[in-house]
Amino acid sequence: MSVPAVTAPVQGAAGFEPAEPQPRSTVGTNLLYAVLRNRKAMVGSLLLLFFTVLAIFPGQIAPDDPQAEIYLPGQSASAHHWFGTTSYGQDVLSQLIWGTRQSLIVAVAAGGLATVLAVLVGVSAAYLGGIADGLLSLVTDVILVIPIFPLIIVIAAYEKNAGLLTLIIVLGALGWSYGARQLRSQALSIRNRDFVEVARVRGERRLYVIVFELLPTMTSLIVASFLGAALYAVLAAAGLQFVGLGDPNAQSWGTMLYWAQNNEALGSGLVYWAIMPGVCVALLGAAFALMNYAFDEISNPALRPIPKLGRRK
Amino acid sequence: MRFVLRRLGFFVVTLWAAITLNFLIPRLMPGNAAVAMMARYRGRVNPTALHALEIAFGVNNHQSVLSAYLSYLGNIARGRFGTSLTFFPDSVSHQVLQALPWTLGLVGATTILAFILGTLIGLVSAWRRGGLLDGLLPPIFVITSAFPYFWLALLAIWVFAIKLGWLPQNGGYDYTTTVAWSWTFVVDVLRHSVLPAMTILLTSIGGWILTMRNNVIGVLSEDYVRMARAKGLSPWRIMWSYAGRNAILPNLTGFAMSLGFVVSGAILVEFVFNYPGVGWMLLQAVENQDYALMQALFLLIVVAVLFAILVADAATAVLDPRARDVR
Repeated sequence: MSVPAVTAPVQGAAGFEPAEPQPRSTVGTNLLYAVLRNRKAMVGSLLLLFFTVLAIFPGQIAPDDPQAEIYLPGQSASAHHWFGTTSYGQDVLSQLIWGTRQSLIVAVAAGGLATVLAVLVGVSAAYLGGIADGLLSLVTDVILVIPIFPLIIVIAAYEKNAGLLTLIIVLGALGWSYGARQLRSQALSIRNRDFVEVARVRGERRLYVIVFELLPTMTSLIVASFLGAALYAVLAAAGLQFVGLGDPNAQSWGTMLYWAQNNEALGSGLVYWAIMPGVCVALLGAAFALMNYAFDEISNPALRPIPKLGRRK
Repeated sequence: MRFVLRRLGFFVVTLWAAITLNFLIPRLMPGNAAVAMMARYRGRVNPTALHALEIAFGVNNHQSVLSAYLSYLGNIARGRFGTSLTFFPDSVSHQVLQALPWTLGLVGATTILAFILGTLIGLVSAWRRGGLLDGLLPPIFVITSAFPYFWLALLAIWVFAIKLGWLPQNGGYDYTTTVAWSWTFVVDVLRHSVLPAMTILLTSIGGWILTMRNNVIGVLSEDYVRMARAKGLSPWRIMWSYAGRNAILPNLTGFAMSLGFVVSGAILVEFVFNYPGVGWMLLQAVENQDYALMQALFLLIVVAVLFAILVADAATAVLDPRARDVR
């Protein structure tokens, strides 16, 4: 009798504090489980999966070579060309499918770069404290407040026809501040918890404490800030290419919109050419936004939808 | 009033950072875009103006970077931004001041409107959590907030200007009407602003709704709300004075942080609608490689955002006694 009596309260206590870190191996599986249970996260992941497949196998999926100007220009939608052809006689659907790759690469690479920077700045600011914290926070706030998009326009104006790599570096290097701020405040609240204290008392090195004790507990916020940064990168890259600051020969949704706008596609009835790339950007953006929203709910149980109880009069 | 002083200090630091970025970018970027631009000025502006431009873009190699930087700061302080190439021989400052009212009117008004509406919807949907409004609006606006501003603008033009023909599709006013404080002109300007304003409103309102909703949900579980309920205060009063007032504080800070996003989107909206504001002019300047105009516009945008943030800070100080006293 005595054994369960001793262990039961311990288990109960663990069950009451979901924010406490689970054993390391299950952090990932818990996250996966949470994603599977959340409808917004599911829709978002499915959309993302769809675009990922398009981005990996465009050659197998797209009916045509996206650049080949082989059709009658300016056709409207038909069974042959689901979304019509461009003023240059290219197949719009094929261009859309091929364009997925670049948007996804920009999202993942720029979002990833921004997240790494956000973690570095945010967590070290919180952990180091003192003057280092003050300085890092000031830099974060300054970058947060300076409107990034005009700044990117200014940079892109000097670097004419910015290629993919330039785009990724600029978007990543300037897009980390929001995540850094959130990560800093979460790290601040965690860093004095008992399990971190224990690791410190054990004599673990600072780097070990940060990487193996602090970061695993912050997984969901790190994922959320990646999703936010990726969303921003997709929208900003499309915007830059749309106004003609990208590489005009690139195979991307933003560049499609640029050519559609230059050829007055809307006015001349080539509606799909002008609208569909935006639909794709919006859908990919929505995928990131929905998952981000869902992660808000996952990391903050208070925000979860209230389960419908029995109907009351 | 240490809070206000702190924020003013931050204002100055950020402004300095933006000016310094402006000074550094032309020097750090590879290629000689600036040199090519200088060639177009030569023989057209007087030597003093040419020298100021050389300082701003680092074309002149006779001067050390530090002394060029100091002269640049001096020129900025005196409002000397040079001569515009796009609108030659007009000065950059004059052009910028012409574009400013359009953007302030359009972006300023819609941002404030989006903030007020979004905060109200967020408050009500959290208050009636699980209700019809809560089930409908937040998910919709999560999705619209992921829409590219410029794409929504294109869509609006297509539906309301081309298909239905209800509203004009571009420009700030009809060029056949005379510019004057007349009834027809004002109506014309308003008609031209409807579509861009709706675009900005739709894409920016979602953020305010979501943050406000989340804040209110957090606040509603606080003890002082329970206390207010226990005292038997009217739900209306609890919603406004207890939940609303406390939940709006983080939203005001959020206002400061997301203003940059709104401004970025507004630039693209102005571009799509050919709206004669700061964003449209910025892209004009980029297209014409008019770097003097471009950099002045960037600074102007930064200053405008910083001012809006100061206003939000002031509002925070009024609403929140803690912000006034602590720190």
